[in-house]
This record gives sequence, structure tokens and C-alpha cells, in this order.
Amino acid sequence: MSHTHAPPPDDPHEAHEHEPHDHHHHHHHDHDHDHAVLPPEPALRVKALETLLTEKGLIDPAALDEIIDTYQNRIGPQNGALVVAKAWADPAFKARLLADATAVVAELGFYGRQGEHITAVENTQTQHNVIVCTLCSCYPWPLLGIPPGWYKSDAYRARVVREPRAVLAEFGVHLSEGQSVRVWDSTAEMRYLVIPMRPDITEGMSELELAALVTRDSMVGTGLVRGTP
Amino acid sequence: MSRVHDMGGRRGDGPVPFDPDEPVFKEAWHARALAVTLAAGGLGQWTLDTSRHARELLGPKDYTRFSYYEKWLAALADLLVSKGVVTRAELAEGKSSEVSALAGRCLTADRVANVLAQGGPTEREARQMPGFRTGARVRARRPARNVLVAGGHTRLPGYLAGVPGRILACHGAHVLPDANAHGLGEAPEPLYTVVFRAEDVWGVAERPGDEVTADLWESYLEAVA
Repeated sequence: MSHTHAPPPDDPHEAHEHEPHDHHHHHHHDHDHDHAVLPPEPALRVKALETLLTEKGLIDPAALDEIIDTYQNRIGPQNGALVVAKAWADPAFKARLLADATAVVAELGFYGRQGEHITAVENTQTQHNVIVCTLCSCYPWPLLGIPPGWYKSDAYRARVVREPRAVLAEFGVHLSEGQSVRVWDSTAEMRYLVIPMRPDITEGMSELELAALVTRDSMVGTGLVRGTP
Repeated sequence: MSRVHDMGGRRGDGPVPFDPDEPVFKEAWHARALAVTLAAGGLGQWTLDTSRHARELLGPKDYTRFSYYEKWLAALADLLVSKGVVTRAELAEGKSSEVSALAGRCLTADRVANVLAQGGPTEREARQMPGFRTGARVRARRPARNVLVAGGHTRLPGYLAGVPGRILACHGAHVLPDANAHGLGEAPEPLYTVVFRAEDVWGVAERPGDEVTADLWESYLEAVA
């Protein structure tokens, strides 16, 4: 391997490595990153960015409101729950979903940012599936919304690939003797939806009644469906 | 060679912080940070891969002490300056007297629904036949590094470097983050889901028979006889 010190063109740390650091003027660890000139308090930091970008005509505060409303109120785990309920209720739908989830969920109107490519994986008596993104926080937004804090936490990202059963136990999920675990690390733009096992007690329920049983965490593999013994 | 974001398998993190009553956005500024980041991304001055890389470039101490959306904000500020969208002086003063030349690209409220619904698919027309068939035995590149740009972005996690696995599925050709994060074009390659035995990854499995999968590009893999 060569010993060149040529930095990647967009690496501020390495690009500035020969500039003097003045630690007396840094009360935190930002060093010479550009973000260090922003206010340290995060609420003020975002306000400063929003104000500056608005002044420059680069963002529209009304568009920000619209983005927030979309993910706060319109897109969330109710979408994924409907997909799971349909898969439980209709074996032909489930077969199509497992074969080409992207197209099948798009037919239901679930497509878009962070859900451009979808794979559905089915929990069975012999295999339990768990989803993670160890490198950042990839998550199927159009089906489950914005990921919860635990999904984005260092502890989950670091641990669930190595000790999924210990992590599942913290969530109150204990697998049966015959179930192996497959942990899916979302390292590309493929997003994953777990189809949990349908509880025995749901005979005769409608799709909407079934959907109400499907929790967000059961579709990530860290939770149980409501009504599971 | 590793960066702190590549934390799969790391020990010492303690219990997963589960909060059953957590709202979508815990704080109003979390929502604002997400929205500003998405809207600024819509200016088209960087790719999703570049913005991931910007978060990975945060120093280890910042990455660890920053909360999730603080990482997003810091990376956004760094990108805005490095791509010339704002100057460091404007960032420091928090104001500007000039409308940007990019203002015509501003994401307006009426276009939000359409932009979010369109997303950014990464599958491209295949330029090459997939080199591996489903079931083929492969090994992940070791070390896990970007071979195009020293210290650059890659989506091969360190914990899989050198580990043998098996092709579970081929997803067609997808944009290669190692190139696309650095202005080197999309360079699409076949993308595979590769399954690894837990004992091959960790030496000792939590339970034999358990598995880990990752989605890996063709150039991340080599054939195993």
C-alpha cells in the first residue's frame, strides 16, 4: 500500500490537518470542522441553519413544516401493519410480497424516500428475523416511518449482530427452541420488513382487526404481535 | 483504518435504550433538523452517499457525544461549506446579505409530497452479468476499505472483513457508494445479499446456526473455491 497522505477531497479533518488547532477557543471536540462555528446548543444550531438557508433562498420554512407533518402524522407503522395483515389474510398476496415486495407495497401506495427497494422476510417456527443498520440508521420509512431512538442507538447497532438473543430478551422476546436467528444488516439501499408469525387466536378476523395487532417492533423483529402468548 | 460509525459487534455499550412511549420526534428541534437536512439535500449539491460520509467524518469524540440529530446538523453544516453553498463566515454570523445562485432549486412546500414519494432508487441498468450465482461461496474483502479513495466511504462493515459467506440473492446493479460518495460517478455493480454463519463472523456464535446477512456489492466480494 502506498504511504500517500492525499486526503479524500471532502474530508475536512484530513484536509485541515496541518492547520494549527487552538484548543483554548474550543470548549468541545469539534476541532476545525466548519460546524464548530455554529452555536453549540442543538436547538439554536438548527435555528441558525434554518435562518441562514432561508435568507439565502435555499429553503422554504413552509416546506419544512410539510416534511415534518408527513413523517409525524401521515407515514408510520400503520402502513407496514396493513401489509402484514394482508399477508396473513391472503396467501397469494404473501407469496407475491415475499417474491417482489417493492412492487407489491407500491401497489398499496407505499413507496418513496428510504423505501425505494424493499424485501419482506417471514418469521417461521424455524427462523426469526431481526433488522438493523450497523453503519447508520437505514429503516423502511414508507412502511414504518422515522426509526425510533433505540433503533438508532449505539447499543442496538453494536450488539444485535453479535448477540441478537440477548438484545431480544431485553425487549421481552424469547424464541422457541427450534428457531434460529437471522440478523439482516441494511448496508445498501434495500430496506427490510419482517412479517411476524400470525397468532393462533386470530381466526376469522378482518384485515383491519389483524392490522391492529401488528406492532412497529414486530416488523423490525424486536417485538411481539399483540395477542402473542 | 476504521471509523467509529462502523460499530457492529463492538462490546461495552450496555442495554438498548428502549422507550415505549417515545413520540416520532422527541424534541421540536429534532423534527426541524430532519426537515432542514432533507430540504438542503434537495438542492442537489451532494448525494445520499456523500451525506452519509459527512456524518462518518465527524471525529470519534463528536460522533460518540453527539445525539442522532446533532450528527445530522454537524454533517449538514460541514457539507454546506465544503460544497460552497454557504461560506464559513456566513455560518459563523448566522446571516447572509445575498440570495444564493441555487435559490431556484429551493424545495417549495407544494413539491414536498412529490419529492418524498419519488425517493431516490439506486438500481441501474446492468452493465455486467452478475459474477456470483445464488448459493455461491464468497468471502468479503479484507480489510473493509474503500479501494478508490483512501479513507473514503464504504458500506462493507468491518466485522465482515475476510469472513466467508454464501450468496442469498442478487438484486441487480446498484449505485456503488464507494464511488458515488466522492464524486466519482455512480459506477453501478451487482448487489447481493450475502449470508454469514455467526460462528464464522464472531468465532463463537451466541447459538450455532444463527446467521447475519449484509447487502454487499460485487467488488466487495471474492470467490471461495
